Amino acid sequence: MNLTLKVWRQAHANDTGSIETYPANDIPEEASFLEMLDIVNERIIEDGGDPIHFDHDCREGICGMCSLTINGVPHTKDSGITTCQVHMRKFREGDTIWVEPFRARAFPIVKDLMTDRSAFDRIIAAGGYISVRTGSAPDANSIPISKDDANDAFDAAACIGCGACVAACKNASAMLFVGAKANHLNKLPQGEPEKDKRVLGMVRQMDAEGFGNCTNQYECEGVCPKEISADVIAKLNRDYAAAATREAVE
Amino acid sequence: MASNGSLDSAIPGGELSEKWTNYKSKANLINPANKRKYKIIVVGTGLAGGSAAATLSELGYQVDCFCYQDSPRRAHSIAAQGGINAAKNYQNDGDSVYRLFYDTIKGGDFRSREANVHRLAEVSVNIIDQCVAQGVPFAREYGGLLDNRSFGGAQVSRTFYARGQTGQQLLIGAYQALEKEIAKGGVTMHKRTEMLDLVVVDGHAKGIITRNLQTGEVSSHAADCVLLATGGYGNVFFLSTNAMGCNVMAAFRAHKRGAYMANPCYTQIHPTCIPVSGDYQSKLTLMSESLRNDGRIWVPKSAETAKKIREGQLTAADVAEEDRDYYLERKYPSFGNLAPRDIASRSAKEACDEGRGVAKTGLGVFLDFSDAIERLGEDTIRARYGNLFQMYEKITGDNPYKTPMMIYPAVHYTMGGLWVDYNLMSNVNGLHVLGEANFSDHGANRLGASALMQGLADGYFVIPATLPNYLASVEPGTVTTEAQEFVEAEKAVKDRIEKLLSINGKRAVDSFHRELGLLIWDKCGMSRSKDGLEEALERLSEIRKEFWENVRIPGSGEGVNMELEKAGRVADFIDFAEVMIHDALDREESCGGHFREEYQFTKNDEDVKSGYTNEGEAKRRDDEYCYVSAWEYKGPGEKPFLHKEELEFENVELAVRSYK
Repeated sequence: MNLTLKVWRQAHANDTGSIETYPANDIPEEASFLEMLDIVNERIIEDGGDPIHFDHDCREGICGMCSLTINGVPHTKDSGITTCQVHMRKFREGDTIWVEPFRARAFPIVKDLMTDRSAFDRIIAAGGYISVRTGSAPDANSIPISKDDANDAFDAAACIGCGACVAACKNASAMLFVGAKANHLNKLPQGEPEKDKRVLGMVRQMDAEGFGNCTNQYECEGVCPKEISADVIAKLNRDYAAAATREAVE
Repeated sequence: MASNGSLDSAIPGGELSEKWTNYKSKANLINPANKRKYKIIVVGTGLAGGSAAATLSELGYQVDCFCYQDSPRRAHSIAAQGGINAAKNYQNDGDSVYRLFYDTIKGGDFRSREANVHRLAEVSVNIIDQCVAQGVPFAREYGGLLDNRSFGGAQVSRTFYARGQTGQQLLIGAYQALEKEIAKGGVTMHKRTEMLDLVVVDGHAKGIITRNLQTGEVSSHAADCVLLATGGYGNVFFLSTNAMGCNVMAAFRAHKRGAYMANPCYTQIHPTCIPVSGDYQSKLTLMSESLRNDGRIWVPKSAETAKKIREGQLTAADVAEEDRDYYLERKYPSFGNLAPRDIASRSAKEACDEGRGVAKTGLGVFLDFSDAIERLGEDTIRARYGNLFQMYEKITGDNPYKTPMMIYPAVHYTMGGLWVDYNLMSNVNGLHVLGEANFSDHGANRLGASALMQGLADGYFVIPATLPNYLASVEPGTVTTEAQEFVEAEKAVKDRIEKLLSINGKRAVDSFHRELGLLIWDKCGMSRSKDGLEEALERLSEIRKEFWENVRIPGSGEGVNMELEKAGRVADFIDFAEVMIHDALDREESCGGHFREEYQFTKNDEDVKSGYTNEGEAKRRDDEYCYVSAWEYKGPGEKPFLHKEELEFENVELAVRSYK
């Protein structure tokens, strides 16, 4: 395949950045999108240029590191996949493809298409866990959990922390990410004791990081590679309201 | 350098089943008030590193933790799909700690340490408790209790799983515990930071040199001990199921500083991966071994039929039942499609070598679910493997509900690694090695669902109990980064970066990595021979020479420079490959993942005549090779020196490994 790439290049966080054009010729259609970028980069390097920098690691859709906005959509327009799972057979001969980073104020650009998503780690650190000192746990089967509850918790726990939800949102809201973690842990009996502390801590940290508010457009759900439902946002709002009320009363 | 040269495995005395209990009763402790005086460096945040860092911080130590990714949650443990073993016997199907121990020893082809493996089986049950309490959403039955499934090399159902994302869920559990400790101030996290050297002072590991991958800054970090949990070396093959960034640099730097590299020739080739489709390919994708619970592996009986399938004249559905060879079921009737990984992989290679491969490249076999779908219905299969089927379809464009999957073996896990004793301490005092980065528990072949078990056992339960034994012998905070050893190591790291940047040749780093990988896959992959290995050694020095003359790394050492990162890693892979090949040459036997063509059962062997095993199976030579190979670095281009740790089996009888 022969394609044209329009790629965001930015030397460092404080650089203004711009879109540059690169040819991507003789690309096998079985290649993945990132393998296409590897091929283009190898040519750029051998021609003496600076390769296009992007984050990636596992290349099988689970680590959450890859984070490109392809033709205006975080990851890609097809649902349920990450950037690294996009394959070139989805494009047509002669296409022009726009490649940009995940854009959000809370995700500053590191270089080219790489962003700093540390804000997500800080949100987890603010309550996205169940405190259990190693060695103090009771027997695993001592707390039965209904299969439905376990499945619901799992659906939320599938989040890979990629940040596509934020990049897709016009307000750069992180509500889907926070909602997913809150629902995963709040749904389980083990997570009950810290439920209020968890939602208050995570939501406040989210606000402090500069993420925007949710206005129920659900772009986040549309791009989530793990297809996490926007229902988690409603449940987070409910848990937050209850926790904030209890906090005010106590 | 004053590292001790002996190989004392420090295995405690007493009965096998009492060693760990006795050890814990007698091990040295550190007073709670003194723990905070000790600083511990943990490199790597996968299951082993993440769980160790979190647990050690909970105990009160100061932890400095490092990962090359942009978040500790992204370590490659996350990609493990199938499950985690534990001897809970919740299924009441006859499992026990002893049985898990025995299966692991046998699965490892009798090349691992009894005491370590027994400890692993013992703590396996605590891991499940710990993870459930953290909120890991394991699969459950309708009654609300935990579900299990079976895995390769076992006849009981002892594998706990979380859909096809068990590694992810376990890692997120450890990551959340780590973030909790970071928030409390017990752990200082250094993300996008790579270890480039180990610093040894008076024979004790006292710190590391790192490069911040975001700013390019090279800096020194001092501590009272160093824990490496940096994973395996599978990417020496270029194509593997490892993440792109997985590398051997931390372990190899430690090796150059005196730590012995043990059994590097033991690599696991996983049988169920998506076949290679072209030269551009950057990595291989694993399909969980759990698929073999319901999928049946076959190739056509005749090479002619296979050829027609390759050429698109026939499809799988056109091949009549009697013309199919379900070769694992035929050769291993009692384990069938659940034969261990090394055996399943070699059998696939044999079938393809006979011209019966079905993928376009000739390197692929069918994994067929049609019987299971007929028996259980599509919905049940979707519930069990839905995400895996979806992943397969995304990559290949084929729908496995309608046509059989095609699979081929790929490099997946490395059993070898830095040598450690029972305390998980290497031969360099204070340098401890956890998880895949060490060599200790899986012998020559790892059973499915045991990697997650080992990583978490080491991090949550073993190192917190064994580390005080070392720490109690050293005064905290005695060495700072002002020490001459730090200054020299930091300078050496900077000089190497300068050297790499100054080559300014013509070839991109990846082209060298690809060349190296093909060579190692060809000569030191699924089967090895003396001639092939010797040829590889020669080719290796050519690749090394050209790399240092002709690699092209654009940009500078400041800021992000991914080509510079890759170049450092590939340079170490080239040097590491040399140790690996020496090890494969030395081991003149076949065992587990190491198959030497010269050593296989023939029709004249008694065990073949009696029907106990088959012609062509791996042939161990217990009388001469029942040892751990621990290689000492001897300088650039020099042959490493071999130390041997003899393996003693007091509780199991060494047997020809048969899965018939």
